[in-house]
Amino acid sequence: MSTNEALKETLFDASELTVSMGPQHPSTHGVLQVKLKLDGERVIDAECVIGYLHRGVEKLGEHQTYGQFVPTLDRMDYIAAVSNCLGYCETIEKLLGITAPPRAQYIRVLMTELNRITSHLLWLGTHALDIGAMTVFLYAFREREEILKIFENYCGARLTTHMFRIGGTQYELYEGFHDQVRTSIKDFPKKVDEYETLLTQNRIWIGRTRGVGAISAKAAIDIGLTGPALRGSGVNWDLRKAKPYAVYSDFEFDIPTGSTGDTYDRYMVRMEEMRQSARIVSQAVEKIPDGPLMAKLSKIIKPPVGDIYHSIESPKGELGYYIVSDNSTMAYRARVRPPSFVNLQALKQMVKGHMVADVVAVIGTLDIVLGEIDR
Amino acid sequence: MDLNFAIDYVIIPFIKIGVVFAALSGVIAYLTLLERKVIAFMQVRLGPMRVGPHGLLQPIADGLKLMLKEDIVPERADRWIFTLAPIMTLIPAFIVFAVIPFGPTVNIFGRKVGLYITDINIGALYVMAISSIGILGIILGGWASNSKYPLLGALRSAAQMVSYEVALGFSIMGVFILSGTLSLVGIVEAQRDSHYWYVFLQPLGFILFFICGVAETNRAPFDLPEAESELVAGFHTEYSGFRFSLFFLAEYAAMIVISSMAVTLFWGGWLPPFPNVPALAFLGFIPGIFWFAAKVAVFLYFYLWFRASWPRYRYDQLMKVGWQVLMPLAIANLIVTAILVLVLGGGAK
Repeated sequence: MSTNEALKETLFDASELTVSMGPQHPSTHGVLQVKLKLDGERVIDAECVIGYLHRGVEKLGEHQTYGQFVPTLDRMDYIAAVSNCLGYCETIEKLLGITAPPRAQYIRVLMTELNRITSHLLWLGTHALDIGAMTVFLYAFREREEILKIFENYCGARLTTHMFRIGGTQYELYEGFHDQVRTSIKDFPKKVDEYETLLTQNRIWIGRTRGVGAISAKAAIDIGLTGPALRGSGVNWDLRKAKPYAVYSDFEFDIPTGSTGDTYDRYMVRMEEMRQSARIVSQAVEKIPDGPLMAKLSKIIKPPVGDIYHSIESPKGELGYYIVSDNSTMAYRARVRPPSFVNLQALKQMVKGHMVADVVAVIGTLDIVLGEIDR
Repeated sequence: MDLNFAIDYVIIPFIKIGVVFAALSGVIAYLTLLERKVIAFMQVRLGPMRVGPHGLLQPIADGLKLMLKEDIVPERADRWIFTLAPIMTLIPAFIVFAVIPFGPTVNIFGRKVGLYITDINIGALYVMAISSIGILGIILGGWASNSKYPLLGALRSAAQMVSYEVALGFSIMGVFILSGTLSLVGIVEAQRDSHYWYVFLQPLGFILFFICGVAETNRAPFDLPEAESELVAGFHTEYSGFRFSLFFLAEYAAMIVISSMAVTLFWGGWLPPFPNVPALAFLGFIPGIFWFAAKVAVFLYFYLWFRASWPRYRYDQLMKVGWQVLMPLAIANLIVTAILVLVLGGGAK
């Protein structure tokens, strides 16, 4: 009897139902918890609870030397570890007032763009899986595997790669690298077309993504969205073009943008970005110059007193590092501006008034990685 | 005389029931393997490979595993209903097969035996009625779990199945007009006598029936009640072990029912294809039960194909498709069929 009364209280006396989605939930992409207030299937309010994956990465940055800190950063956005590494290495180089040699710069761009493809492939697979299209997931992983093999051959790791060093790269390219990259990238645009045949024109897919989680350009800028989430709303802002870093100014590529800022537009933006990344890779692999891999650098890195902010375009958006140096071997303060963290703020606005099923679609379209949000 | 009566009305029906039950259980078990294999091949992977050659013993291993699992009843669940719900879903899914005609009447040891458990004159109605009872089990299961996700799943399935059942009913009405009978055996025989499978006379009816059937069985792209990416596992989130497997069995049995109904009503049941082409007359010597099984297999394959290909509908879209598209089309199909039969003759006398 008491069971029934409790049931009545929780379910019927209140007009709204509070559901805790996550942290153990198949579609919250890690350990995100979303507290949903529901009216039937409609979302009245959503509140994100983060911190389940907090490891104190920024604090660790104050207790590890500049060089030691790099592998820790790989564990932030573990889907795009190469981007994390590039951003940090460039920041410290800027602080030291050095630049990596051209050969290292080209390898960096090539690897980062390959990593962007793997990151977007993982996004595509999980996003489609959340919406119920399960086959795309395995197709995407098939191509992702080819790229991870290149990473593995190059540095021995597939995910948390620790690929670059402050001042350049450590490893020389292995024999057959060029051919492996060429063959894996040559058919890649066709593979993207293949994913699109499963989704782009699919009525159900369009129905599930068109108009879902739409955000205007102004609102997107106000929240601070970056990356594909911002470009989907029609804002042409990509740090690779806007504030070129590494050697991106040497390459030809386009920045795709959407118009309405809904889930479908963001999907189309990312699909096109994969093609553009493949374009950059195919240019870079032909252009890699000869020369040294590392800049002249003392064994012990002690940047001069000062602070610096440097940001790059990670697959998720603007990934920034703010480093304060007190001329010791460790940073006085290491702060990360993670794109996922800022982008996640849009969730509440995007899901309000939509259905429960749209919440997973929006979480998917924001392309968040909890390792980066919680740090 | 008494002995004959006993054989005709006791022994033979019991043998039939036993055979159908055993065969059905086996088919369901291997349907799960087939599903994993077919979808795996569509997704450039191999599927189960470890248990037996090419994973052929996987269903047995799965069944054993599920039976050995701890049987958990959540503390705040309504214990009685929680136990009852899976049984309520499973039993209707199986007893529907009482009227499905697997083949024509054949001679076995000089005795005429129909390859169906029974032939009642309201067979199609019986199937519709009994298969709706299964929904009750799902609703009660979600309700008794006393948990939020299962409740949402149960509400979804209640709404979904009720709305699609209406369109499903209307979509097969045209067949009844043409055949003049609700007996499933009678419908197949009517198709034989008219020399047309009803799919050629009722193409729209068939398409509507199959779409509604997929929705009715909670399969992709209409698998909202158990949408794992939204509701964790929908109505059976709190179920584990053997109870969970009962829901699972019922779902697969329902898939076979819908496929069998599609074959019986629209694709000529056990009839061989091309009876009018003399060169292909040899097809008629293959037993009818083979044709029935082959046709059912095709539809089961469609089920798996859908699952591998399509995303999932959203709840409101599902309702919209059901009420605003399928339902008017089904009614229009019924009216047009009725008028044509009236004007052109044919159909039921």
